[in-house]
Formats: sequence, C-alpha cells, structure tokens
Amino acid sequence: MSSGAIFCERLSKRYFDRSARRKFAAVADLSLSVDPREFVAVLGPSGCGKTTFLNLIAGFERPSAGRVLVDGKTIAGPGPDRGVVFQDYALFPWLDVLHNVAFGLKEAGHPSPKEHARGVLQSVGLGGIDRRYPHELSGGMRQRVALARVLAIDPPILLMDEPFAAVDLQTRAVLQRELQELWLRTRKTIVFVTHGVDEAILLADRIVVLTSAPARIKAVLTVDLDRPRDPSAPAFSRYRTKIATLLEEDAD
Amino acid sequence: MVEIPVPGLESTSTRRFRTPRWQRWISPIVILLLWQLADTLHVVNEQIVPAPSTVFLAWHEWFLGSRSALSWSSGTWLPDTLLSVRRVAIGFAIAACLGIPLGLMIGWSRKVADLAGPLVQILRPIPITAWLPFAAAIFGIRESAAIFLISFGAFFPIVVSCVSGAEQVPLTLIRAARMLGTPRHKLLWRVALPSALPFIVAGLRLGLSLSWMLVIVAEMLAVKGGLGYAMWSAYEYLRMDYVIVAMFTLAVLGTLTDRGLVLLTSRLLHWSHRPIEQHP
Repeated sequence: MSSGAIFCERLSKRYFDRSARRKFAAVADLSLSVDPREFVAVLGPSGCGKTTFLNLIAGFERPSAGRVLVDGKTIAGPGPDRGVVFQDYALFPWLDVLHNVAFGLKEAGHPSPKEHARGVLQSVGLGGIDRRYPHELSGGMRQRVALARVLAIDPPILLMDEPFAAVDLQTRAVLQRELQELWLRTRKTIVFVTHGVDEAILLADRIVVLTSAPARIKAVLTVDLDRPRDPSAPAFSRYRTKIATLLEEDAD
Repeated sequence: MVEIPVPGLESTSTRRFRTPRWQRWISPIVILLLWQLADTLHVVNEQIVPAPSTVFLAWHEWFLGSRSALSWSSGTWLPDTLLSVRRVAIGFAIAACLGIPLGLMIGWSRKVADLAGPLVQILRPIPITAWLPFAAAIFGIRESAAIFLISFGAFFPIVVSCVSGAEQVPLTLIRAARMLGTPRHKLLWRVALPSALPFIVAGLRLGLSLSWMLVIVAEMLAVKGGLGYAMWSAYEYLRMDYVIVAMFTLAVLGTLTDRGLVLLTSRLLHWSHRPIEQHP
C-alpha cells in the first residue's frame, strides 16, 4: 500500500517561446518534499508557473531537469495513484454523473464499477444525480462530481489545480469546508494550487510561496492553527499579512 | 431614474408566441395556386412549366401505371426511386466506413496526419464531378461507377469534419482520462471518438446531402436507371412534368434521410451544446 509521499528533486521546466524565439523557464530548480497525509498549498501570483509545477507532479508534463518521486519511485507519467482535480472540472460531457465517476473504476478493471460509483456518490452527498449530465449541473456540483470521480479510484495523493476558482463565493466556502472534512476523514496527501491567500491559510498544513516565472520557492510557512480555522481571528490575520508581504516583494 | 420605454423591446414577449401550425402551409399553398393559375391563364408555356395538376397526373402514371415495354416510364417510379436510394445507401455507407476512421486518425495522430493529410489536401479541391470521366472510363456504365462517385464525393466532407473533431478534443479531458488510468493507445476510442461525435454527425449530414447530388449526376451521365436517368430521359422527351415529379421525390428523400440521420444520432448527442439542428 502506497502512502503518498512526494519528493520533487531540483525540478525545472523550460518551454520554447515561439513569439519571443527564446527559451522561457516556467519552473526553476524547485525542490520540495511533501509528507504522507500532509495538506500543502502552493501559492503564487497568476502565471507564475504553479500550474506547470502541479502538471509536473501529475506527470502531464516532463521536467526539463530533475525528477518527481512518489513513495521513492520516479514517476513516468500520469497515473491513478495521483488523482487530479482540474479548475475547469474536466468531466466527460458525453457521460452522465454515474459513468463519469465509474470511468476510472472501469479502467482499473473493478468488478462492479457502477455499484461502487453509486456508493461513492452517496458518501459525498451526491445521491440522486446519477443520471444527470455535466452541462445540467452548476459549477459547484460539477466540481463535487469531479472530486467524487477521483475519490472513486482512492488515490493516496490528490493534486488540485485552483479547483474552486471558477465557482461563486458562497459555493467556494462550502466546497472548502467539504474538502477539509474529506481530508480529515481520508487523510490523503493533498497538493493544492491556489492564488487565494485566505484559502491557503484556511486549508493547508504548510504553504509554499512561489516566486513569479520562473517558479522558485520563496518561502515555506507552517500554518500552526487549530482546525476549523477562523479567518477573522488575529492569528489568521498575521499569516495573511506575512504572506501578502512575501507576494508584494515579487510583484512588478 | 426614469424608465424609458424602448420601442421594440415591449414586443419581444409577444414575439415568443408561436405561429399556429397551419400558417406554415400558407406560403407553399399560395405558390401552388399561383403556379396553377399561371398555367390556366397561359401566362407560362405549359410545355416547359406544366401545371401542378399535370404534374400530379404524371406522378400517378409514373407510380401506378401498368409497366409495358412500349413505355419508358409507366409504373417505374418506385423501382427508379429504390435504385437511387440503393446507390446512395451503398455509396454513403462506404464513405462513412472509410471516412470516419481515417479522419479521426488524421486529426488525432501527427504521424497519420503527415502520411495521409497531404493526399487529402491535394484531392479535396478537385470538384468531385471532375472525376466523372475517370469513373466512367474505369468502371464503365455500370453500377460501380455511380457507387465510386458517391462514396468518393461523400468521403471528403466526412473526413474533413472528423479531422476537426479529433483535433478539438480538449487537452484537459485527455489528461483526466490518463490520470484515471486510460492507457495512451485507448485514448482515441475512450475520449477522442465520443468527444468528436458532434463533428462526425455534422460531416455525415454533409456527406449525405452530397450523395444525393452525386447520384443524380451519375445517373444522368454515367449509369442506367434511377431517378436521375429517368429525369434526363423525361427531359429528352420534353416531359417536364416527370422532371418535376423527380425533383419533388428528391426533396422528400433528402429531407427524410437527413431527419433519419439526425434522429438516429440524437440519442448519442443529447449532451452536446453545439447546435446540430439547423432550422431554416
């Protein structure tokens, strides 16, 4: 049984920028270790390379240098040990909710994917929408289904790329609470990319603040607050101020 | 703040009322009456534009008349129609069976695109009717000439549509499938094909309408029998009433087969936001 430890070893990613005709570094010499069952938020300004960083861990992109190890083994590509939740949900529009959630189970050769998927949907409070299609659901519901889809294959690691950026404020608060409860219950390793300072402080054990392109580690903060956290508490504000200062230093 | 009434805006609610169904028949009926009137009053040459009543009688004879060796047309409407339908069905089926997989592969794989893409690009601009001499020279005035022309012609819109379909598959859906455990070689089947379905159907509809056009061309110029052949024979006997019957038959067949295709595929496409239906 894998435990979900991630180790990024001197990761770099360079692209060739066609319009500028030169190489462009998105991630540079980034090393980070994430413990099993840890919740790490990756925080940085828009376009700083944090999504590229997550894509490298997911195996969607190959590093130009360095490597990613999961439980001590170098990853060779995407895989069901690392469930990804995308900002735009990435649900299969031609499948109903049940078949979206059963998709990974079928790929894994599960003996009864639909029954199991139904159980997962029940457990995350999504019973009764089995037959609905993604376009019939609100953004918040779609993201819940996307989360259920990865929970169905029970990966030790969840990689989340600004998952709540596209939903309205009220829904976001609900989804954040649900994610927190989920994490406390299942204790998966979570790497959560966001540009929301409050969101990072609210959810994470540790916050990795990145510099702007190329992404390097600027600071790593351990959030030493009891859960559930109260954004109006003075201690919360102190973290907020500290991170804001770090981010400002980097802004042009 | 004063609310200023905008002209036209208040009427939007009334515009939502649907016109009653019977009103849709007004314009065709008026045209038909004018047409009949024009012939009765000898405004037009009845030899060239026969009256609707004449056309109906011609259809009656063509459809229900007793077949005889003396008449080229009596009682042959159904066999002629079925022959054209058969040619379209076979030609279109071949085009779909070759065009869908090839188009998807070109749109999906760089390698296939480099290998087969240029050939399609070179052949596509040649108007399909320009192949007629070759079709006749190779296949003679046989069934296969018509089938070749139809399948070759319908092939291109299907291929082109399927290429776009496979090219537009969102990257995040491919990544989502990979992350959920889909092996690379199954992505085409599991992700690209369903994602491209609206494009495939659009290509099939284009191909089908082209098939109807080409069956008539082929029957007029290359092969014996069928509606196109009958039309051309009627023209040579200056029986324009038969020509008009054939035209109406084609209109009905074209509409029915297109509706049928839409109906058959609608169950597969109900998830799609893209407007597949094009209302006139």
